[in-house]
Amino acid sequence: MPWDRNQMAARAAEELEDGMYVNLGIGIPTLVANYVGEKDITLQSENGMLGMGPFPFEGEEDPDLINAGKQTITELRRTSYFDSAQSFGMIRGGKIAAAILGAMEVAENGDLANWMIPGKLVKGMGGAMDLVAGVGRVIVVMDHTNKHGDSKVLKECTLPLTGKGVVDRIITNLGVLDVVEGGLKIVETAEGVSEEEMRAATQAKIV
Amino acid sequence: MKKVYSSASEALDGVLQDGMLIAAGGFGLCGIPELLLQAIKDAGTKNLTFASNNAGVDDFGIGILLQTRQVRKMISSYVGENAEFMRQYLSGELELEFNPQGTLAERMRAGGCGIPGFYTKTGVGTVIAEGKEHKEFDGETYIMERGIVADLSIVKAWKADETGNLVFRKTARNFNPPAAMCGRICVAEVEEIVPLGSLDPDTIHLPGIYVHRLIQGTHEKRIEQRTVRQKEGA
Repeated sequence: MPWDRNQMAARAAEELEDGMYVNLGIGIPTLVANYVGEKDITLQSENGMLGMGPFPFEGEEDPDLINAGKQTITELRRTSYFDSAQSFGMIRGGKIAAAILGAMEVAENGDLANWMIPGKLVKGMGGAMDLVAGVGRVIVVMDHTNKHGDSKVLKECTLPLTGKGVVDRIITNLGVLDVVEGGLKIVETAEGVSEEEMRAATQAKIV
Repeated sequence: MKKVYSSASEALDGVLQDGMLIAAGGFGLCGIPELLLQAIKDAGTKNLTFASNNAGVDDFGIGILLQTRQVRKMISSYVGENAEFMRQYLSGELELEFNPQGTLAERMRAGGCGIPGFYTKTGVGTVIAEGKEHKEFDGETYIMERGIVADLSIVKAWKADETGNLVFRKTARNFNPPAAMCGRICVAEVEEIVPLGSLDPDTIHLPGIYVHRLIQGTHEKRIEQRTVRQKEGA
């Protein structure tokens, strides 16, 4: 059985180590926070916060306290606030250990496309280009294929790039792949998914 | 020099000009200079370029200036929440320059610090890099981005003293300090102007040297995405 959204998030949470400062993207990556368990992880929100807490209880929402998805959140005892220039200074400066984010396409050389479909409404890249260029490790979490059944793990990206050669690890509903010299390497497959099934769903070269 | 003005319109008097570049603080609808934006709408200033991370929503933030066609160009990282924006953009009435969010913040900070350009890895190998100088440092490729110096900055803070020292609150700080720094003139709106000496000098986020005019007012502070969790056992 391929992993569902929560299983993918739980697998991504295994990538995180005690003491890490981490940035989580919108969608499945947000769910990763539910699976860090006892590990001491500090979440960054790139609009200017380290130590992001959960959603507030009803009636305790604060318009001055939101995450990068513009959602109301809360602070923790460890929380610090700063401006956008310093926030991206710590991202660009490599101080954030990892970013976990979604993608439309990933290529075998680590190219990532997740911000723009030509001809469709373009909303902007937000902080995604800065994050993938700056953080220590880029982990993509996404479905292995699109809704038409086409592979999203490609030889070359067809969409405009968010970053060139930036992805380190890909976690999909079928398993885990690493970007290595010459292509992708299968790290593991979801329970009940064979290596052959993963290869068949992957357009990129698997070495 | 007196910095405190009685209203947003008065604080902007003699400052606004058609065609000017305005840097605005805020992220989404959080920490936006809502009173100054309303005053710019009332003044009817035209052909404006805004350097601002977002463009507000249809009826709040910079969105109110899109309704009145006062904006010619946006320099932003994300503009997804605004239907009128998209309509004007797709019809060619509105120019849009996408900047990666950190590049936009650093362009403002650099502009305010007298740094005309800087090199960054952000955007290398993407459409953002097209036409920009590439340079190698220690085996890695970087692109040059320009600092922004705005004709006017408009920002929102929580508290100020009458010399313009500013204190922000939680994530409402966001783009406000870099936006304030990059303006030739900066006008700030705050929730409260407190007596001189009552702000702890060690806790001032932005020194008053960057702030030229100041108003106190009441803010709507609209929430864009209200998300809550249930109390356990409730």
